[in-house]
Amino acid sequence: MASTHGTPPVFNNKVIAWIDHRLPIFSYIEKEYHTFPTPRNFNYFWNFGAIATVMLVVMIATGVVLATNYTPHVTLAFDSVERIMRDVPQGWLIRYLHMNGASFFFIAVYIHIFRGLYYGSYKSPRELLWILGVIILLLMMATAFMGYVLPWGQMSFWGATVITNLFSAIPVVGQSIVDWLWGGFAIDNPTLNRFYALHYLLPFVIVGVVALHVVALHVHGSNNPLGIDPKGPQDTVPFHPYYTMKDGFGVAVFLIIYAGFTFFMPNQLGDPANYIQANPLSTPTHIVPEWYFLPFYAILRAIPDKLGGVIAMFGSIGVLFVLPWLDTSRVRSCTFRPIYKWFVFVLLIDVIVLGFCGAHPPEGFWVPLAQLGTLYYFFHFLILLPILGKIERPLPLPPSIAEAVLKKAA
Amino acid sequence: MVATGALGAVGAIAVAWPFINNLNPAADTLALSSVEVNVQPIQVGQAVTVKWRGKPLFIRHRTEEEIKAAEAVPLSELRDPQTDNSRVTDSAKKVRPEWLIMIGVCTHLGCVPLGNKPGDPKGPFGGWFCPCHGSAYDTSGRIRQGPAPKNLEVPSYLFTSDTLVRVG
Repeated sequence: MASTHGTPPVFNNKVIAWIDHRLPIFSYIEKEYHTFPTPRNFNYFWNFGAIATVMLVVMIATGVVLATNYTPHVTLAFDSVERIMRDVPQGWLIRYLHMNGASFFFIAVYIHIFRGLYYGSYKSPRELLWILGVIILLLMMATAFMGYVLPWGQMSFWGATVITNLFSAIPVVGQSIVDWLWGGFAIDNPTLNRFYALHYLLPFVIVGVVALHVVALHVHGSNNPLGIDPKGPQDTVPFHPYYTMKDGFGVAVFLIIYAGFTFFMPNQLGDPANYIQANPLSTPTHIVPEWYFLPFYAILRAIPDKLGGVIAMFGSIGVLFVLPWLDTSRVRSCTFRPIYKWFVFVLLIDVIVLGFCGAHPPEGFWVPLAQLGTLYYFFHFLILLPILGKIERPLPLPPSIAEAVLKKAA
Repeated sequence: MVATGALGAVGAIAVAWPFINNLNPAADTLALSSVEVNVQPIQVGQAVTVKWRGKPLFIRHRTEEEIKAAEAVPLSELRDPQTDNSRVTDSAKKVRPEWLIMIGVCTHLGCVPLGNKPGDPKGPFGGWFCPCHGSAYDTSGRIRQGPAPKNLEVPSYLFTSDTLVRVG
């Protein structure tokens, strides 16, 4: 799409022209966010990149403010969070925004990923764009995990214990790695300090990878619901005002729901056990991670072997890195894939079922259900996708975006 | 060129090391590595939990039946085969089967197993039961059921007298 950009803009304002001649930030904004040719047929699924970006900004803004009142020490951390909640002006609001913001950031990103899965956004030439997205997901998970440790509640402590102990499954050097992660023989003050430092750092690393994600996006432009490339100006509209407005609308709706949770049920998505201060000598009867980790936690527990469970859990994200090569179909959008279309939803249901398995203690029918769910998850990516691409007969693709859009309108 | 590049690589690793090693346990953390416990008040059948290196340390005064049960288990039934005797020997090689001293951290993912307090469930083997992922340990703290790969760890300890034990 880069080749179809118009002539460089001429700025009438002399100051802007002077700056732009030396540092072309205004040309850049003009080119990438104003005239940038964007497929004219986006649906609301295409809002979630912008929504996720807004959530990242919200998390950084609320996080920086929280950091001014938080104390990263095992004896003071829990009380400093309670002080933020009770004594600091509007501290409760900032903290609830940050706490629920994490959940809503993941909601946005999970919908964004599902969009990519359904419409084949990971396919050539957008493989690196997709891989950068998976890296952002991993960074988000690490950031969210370390952030959850900071209030030093019971779930903070025991969640951190279980997750850092995953590394002890590594043969030979496992325990040394765990002691190195902890900076001691157990989760303690050194662990809390380094998690705080990294929790502050990683969001800015995410900003950096998001920038690369956007650069990669703007080389070939966005995919679209039809999954076919724009062939000319009749297939595209300028990004501004068309999609700035559409994204703005989507962001507003999303923020209303987010605010609804923050104001009316701020603790709905959290675990009450985290309002009990961490006690290294007493494990809660049931350790559960936050909801956005539940499917992966279910995969971890589904394998009755420690190392195997850890490998399966990391593998469940790992397969996403090679997804562009596992899917052998040349058709991007599921709109034209009559069989795969249904399997994408089966995968979605599978992940939701795994989420429920992760939320329950591993007993009774939850164990075989989680094992079945794990099996299907890997079956989908490793067996179904490569084979289906070869045997499925896709529906005929429309000749162009414009023709499809106009036909639908007629 | 190659030599320069190799030297540069060695230099880069040498510089990286302090940053990595900086995250290892510090001297003051390592210094807190031993604890002394008076076991006299612990009655037969009773167990106590002491904090050691930030972790719970289980000290159980075992009954005759518990010792017999632990000794009677054939090694072939164990996932991590260890005799009961080898788990109740202090660093001076003295065997005290009535005292079982272990780190109370499940070898699966680090939860604290239940079974040390009077009302706790002790699991199907009469020892400890981990509520997180269902591992069950016997009266010698050996793994018998569930996902944990190893027995509860026995630290190095020494009875400095009949009632005083130093752990670590």
